[in-house]
Amino acid sequence: MKCDYCDSKATVFLTQLAEGQMKKVCLCDSCAKQRGVTDPTGFSLADMLLGNVQATTVGTPAKRRGVNAGGMKVCPQCGFGFDDFQKVRRFGCGECYRVFSEELAPMLRGMHKGLSHIGKVPEGLMESHFRHQRLEELRAKLEQAIASESYEDAADLRDEIRTLGEVAI
Amino acid sequence: MMRFSTLLRHPADWMTGVQAESGAVVTSRIRLARNLRGHSFPGWARKGERLETLGILRTAVEELPAMKDAFSRELVDLSSVQKHVLVERHLISREHAARSEGSGAVIERRQSFSIMLNEEDHLRMQSIRPGLQLKEAYEALNALDSELERKLEYAFDPTLGYLTTCPTNLGTGLRASAMLHLPGLVLSDQIGPVLQAVNKIGLAVRGLYGEGTESLGNLYQISNQSTLGESEETIISRLDRVISQVASHEQNAREKLMEDDPSMVADKIGRAYGVLRNAHLIDSKEALNHLSLIRLGGNIGFFPAGTVNLCDTLLMDIQQAHLQLHAGAKLSPDHRDSIRAKIMRSRLQSLDSPDIDRQQNDQTGRFPEGGNPENA
Repeated sequence: MKCDYCDSKATVFLTQLAEGQMKKVCLCDSCAKQRGVTDPTGFSLADMLLGNVQATTVGTPAKRRGVNAGGMKVCPQCGFGFDDFQKVRRFGCGECYRVFSEELAPMLRGMHKGLSHIGKVPEGLMESHFRHQRLEELRAKLEQAIASESYEDAADLRDEIRTLGEVAI
Repeated sequence: MMRFSTLLRHPADWMTGVQAESGAVVTSRIRLARNLRGHSFPGWARKGERLETLGILRTAVEELPAMKDAFSRELVDLSSVQKHVLVERHLISREHAARSEGSGAVIERRQSFSIMLNEEDHLRMQSIRPGLQLKEAYEALNALDSELERKLEYAFDPTLGYLTTCPTNLGTGLRASAMLHLPGLVLSDQIGPVLQAVNKIGLAVRGLYGEGTESLGNLYQISNQSTLGESEETIISRLDRVISQVASHEQNAREKLMEDDPSMVADKIGRAYGVLRNAHLIDSKEALNHLSLIRLGGNIGFFPAGTVNLCDTLLMDIQQAHLQLHAGAKLSPDHRDSIRAKIMRSRLQSLDSPDIDRQQNDQTGRFPEGGNPENA
């Protein structure tokens, strides 16, 4: 197999999920080095795949940090911006998932079998996890009750949500 | 502190493990991705923060009873050859080998568990077992994860599950995979449709070294892609079912080949044996392909029991970094091919030529030409 950038024999093969599609790149040793495929941050690869930016011009996280260009949404905890996500398809920290939840939701649909976690929960978090699930359920029921004008049910549901919510803090 | 040479002196547990009859499933692997709450993911963290998390992670991991006397290193303290040997053994990822400062690896003595520190995620934990043992591998790794969970605060969200650097790993953070050896399906041209069917139900099929690698030596990896919205048990039991099916297709294909065209099979295995016993220069692709046929021969009775394990060990030992480590020097491609051929010749020296007759007698014993003796 030949390198995608020159005619030498490809030795590095990369597949990555980019914009919901599998993209494949074949590179020879020298093109792989030149394009920073072996870059430990793993970030330049995604740039190259997406063809947005020349791999070599991507700033390191340290350089980019705090340069909040033009009021773009940025994670308050780690300084990661959504433009960064679009380049690398990876987040900066756990908090980013909350900050960028709206942008992320439509992407998850194509990626996974479901949109909410089923399975192992860290010990101690188990209780609050169930409470959270129950709250979601109750809220959905409450909306239904209001929509169908069953106000008595709605009042009961509202009380139950309140009690659960108070404990949940 | 465990030395690199000590770690590698013995073959990994999975290489010497007892194989199921067909040997189609070489190994089962489980990987879990975890991150620490309140710390930037490794790829985004500044050097200082990465070093700080490495310290936290390394202490917690080294304290695990399973990791007593484990091999534990920062990647800066390993040479490039050493790192690549670990990649060839499936103990660290190719991406991880490219890292140095602020990343580390902790590998259990018998190479059944390995934990990468500050890979793409803070923790990438792996458990590897011989044959089809996904459930067992998961249970073992899950216990280890639960122990860590008591000491470390993981990044977890009630809706999204375990938070990972890449959203493709969200939820369970679980990647379950099996390495399959499928020469029967390849020889009978059925491999394409079988793998396509596997792919259609949302499982990924890859070559020997994971994403984007070519399939060599008739080896394929099958793994789950979706990690969110299904429990670990659901993911693993689906994969387990599919892999058992593929393994039984492989078994059927072998039986059919032996029935329809036994001389073709005997010829392929005999030639592979001839080449590996006599070659003086052999590149890795050719070696892997012949080795695959010797392994098949071991499975179907052309060679004595134990040949399969010999092949699985050789599969590692003839790869580039292993050869360089063995030679203790950087090798030119020609030199590599020469050492590879030498290792092959010496390891296969005690292996007698394929016992085609015994095989055929067995076959005629099982499929008597004069019809079923019970009817006689």
